[in-house]
Amino acid sequence: MKYIDEFRDGEVAGKLSAAIASEVNPARRYHFMEFCGGHTHAISRYGVADLLPENVRMIHGPGCPVCVLPIGRVDQAIRLALEHGAILCTYGDCLRVPASDGLSLLKAKARGGDIRMIYSCADAVTLAQQNPDKQVVFFAIGFETTTPPTAVAIKQAAALGLKNFSVLCCHVLTPPAIASIMEGADQQLHLDGFVGPAHVSTIIGSRPYEPFALQYGKPVVIAGFEPLDVLQAIRMLIRQVNEGRAEVENEFVRAVDRDGNRKAQALMEEVFELRESFEWRGLGTLPLSARKIRAEFAVFDAERRFALAYQPVADHKGCDCGEILRGVKRPQECKLFGTVCTPENPVGSCMVSSEGACAAHYTYGRYKDV
Amino acid sequence: MSEARKNYLRPLDLKNGRVDMAHGAGGRAMAQLIDELFARHLGNEWLAQGDDGAVLPAPGAGRLVMATDSHVVSPLFFPGGDIGCLSVHGTINDVAVMGAQPLWLSAAFILEEGFPLADLARIVASMAKAAREAGVPIVTGDTKVVERGKGDGVFITTTGVGVVPPGCELSGSRARPGDAILVSGTLGDHGMAIMAGRESLGFESPIVSDTAALHGLIATMLASGADIRVLRDPTRGGLATTLNEITRQSGVGMMVHEKALPVSPAVAAACEFLGLDPLYVANEGKLVAICAQNDAEMLLAAMRSHPLGARAAIIGTVQEDPHRFVQMTTAFGGRRIVDWLTGDQLPRIC
Repeated sequence: MKYIDEFRDGEVAGKLSAAIASEVNPARRYHFMEFCGGHTHAISRYGVADLLPENVRMIHGPGCPVCVLPIGRVDQAIRLALEHGAILCTYGDCLRVPASDGLSLLKAKARGGDIRMIYSCADAVTLAQQNPDKQVVFFAIGFETTTPPTAVAIKQAAALGLKNFSVLCCHVLTPPAIASIMEGADQQLHLDGFVGPAHVSTIIGSRPYEPFALQYGKPVVIAGFEPLDVLQAIRMLIRQVNEGRAEVENEFVRAVDRDGNRKAQALMEEVFELRESFEWRGLGTLPLSARKIRAEFAVFDAERRFALAYQPVADHKGCDCGEILRGVKRPQECKLFGTVCTPENPVGSCMVSSEGACAAHYTYGRYKDV
Repeated sequence: MSEARKNYLRPLDLKNGRVDMAHGAGGRAMAQLIDELFARHLGNEWLAQGDDGAVLPAPGAGRLVMATDSHVVSPLFFPGGDIGCLSVHGTINDVAVMGAQPLWLSAAFILEEGFPLADLARIVASMAKAAREAGVPIVTGDTKVVERGKGDGVFITTTGVGVVPPGCELSGSRARPGDAILVSGTLGDHGMAIMAGRESLGFESPIVSDTAALHGLIATMLASGADIRVLRDPTRGGLATTLNEITRQSGVGMMVHEKALPVSPAVAAACEFLGLDPLYVANEGKLVAICAQNDAEMLLAAMRSHPLGARAAIIGTVQEDPHRFVQMTTAFGGRRIVDWLTGDQLPRIC
């Protein structure tokens, strides 16, 4: 595959790995967090950690859309399907996220809920057109990457005058999550730098990370999702640490610039406004960290249309997803990991998506634990 | 059947007719369907016996193998095949990977009320062609019809019977540390052909299903004299699932090499596009072989001498591992587990 294989080249990886080994200071340790689940997945799937020196450790961050979704939000989606009889559409990974009462969207489907997995939110609009006598709700999750398409779907529904389409908006923002990790860092977690988001940065640009480098003195290197991208970004982070710099650098120049995608930003601005606060799994309730639908588009807001109240629900007592999402614990340090909690029977959200830290470690890396 | 036929004056309308509930009711309509469609295509001396089961000549030596497989693939017609030939190939392969010469097949149909007879005729003709080419006749069958909305067009269950010659011992429990792991060709073609056939995804690709009967290839492999321990066809769940089944049965681990895995560029690209891993995508005309390390090259040469094994490759080694992990050295230079599939990557694939 042209333009993909080049970023997975084992020979180049070997050279880069040797270069990293020669550049690290053997007298110190390096702890870097990759924010995105996409990076976590690439590191695990391609075995990137095996190409790093022993004193460079990667810590998985909270940037996995389904992982940070709190139980209360999945409960809302299930209620829409089971109690309000809506056709509930969402992206595939969402279906297995554990919710209250031993349910998940997948289990709610088996109980008769009309729950559909879709590849694009445009499919939800089409479903609404095809089922005029049913309410169709799109359960919208994800960071800035998936937010603009939801804005497009809402505008499309408005243009079509659809009366039976709405969105349960759970879109979240990346910078507040990074800020939350940085605030907690140095107390429970030692961090020397961040591998910055790939696809999110194509939308928001590299500028929003600049205050972090300044304020917290941690370098950020934005990296693509291919394994060579990650390896190169780690090398750039090591250089910054060695040289005592804390800057925002961009490894992913083929897709990201400082300003990002202004058209997408304008779309998000037009359709959404910030929520005063939003509960994240693991990170707690963060101010101005998520989006809601603006009053002009209120008819498409499922929370208003169905008068859905939000009820926070505590995570399973033994589940360490919170600490794992903050990078304070590693998946294998959770008591439930691999015994009670497996990809077939996830207790916490990190065991659900292949981008989740627990699922990635279980699926690709657990041979290292034995 | 002949008596029923006489009283049923109108012939089956294979152009515009539809399956109706009567076709599964056990009466004349069903007899006509069997006579004019199934028997016409699949007819042979054993099927013509027309009893509940076929009476077949008992094999002189060896052991019987029997395997059964239900097929619910959607769409029914896909690039490179359809549910008809798939249901023949799938069961022949299940018999053949036990080292048996497949001899007879049965076929059971669950039809949905309203299903076009023209489509059913296409499917049955395709089954007949596949059975003929494989030299494995369909000798008995069954037909049921369910109300509209209770099925999805047609489901087919086939059962195969074969005979294992004396001295041939193949089993998923026979893999031993040090053995070589081979595959007979490119991975993931069937699953991606099905995906491409699903209109909702809206992409076109040149990928065709690899659906094929493998007993010829297997006969060639067995004749090579290589010490083969395990043969298995990696269908649903793909190569990854099959390797994990074998490590569990044999109580061993495996190390495979990503660079050695044959995947066609079109399948690799389609998988990339859809976020799928070809290791987990179904095959319907491929097999995994595990043999003594010393015989690996000999077996590889035998496989490559057959058209269905032209792209065969040695992909790894069985190793001792109390945890029974299937591991892989990545082309990138790292190492990881190749785990069991979680959930359903692609439903209704066969």
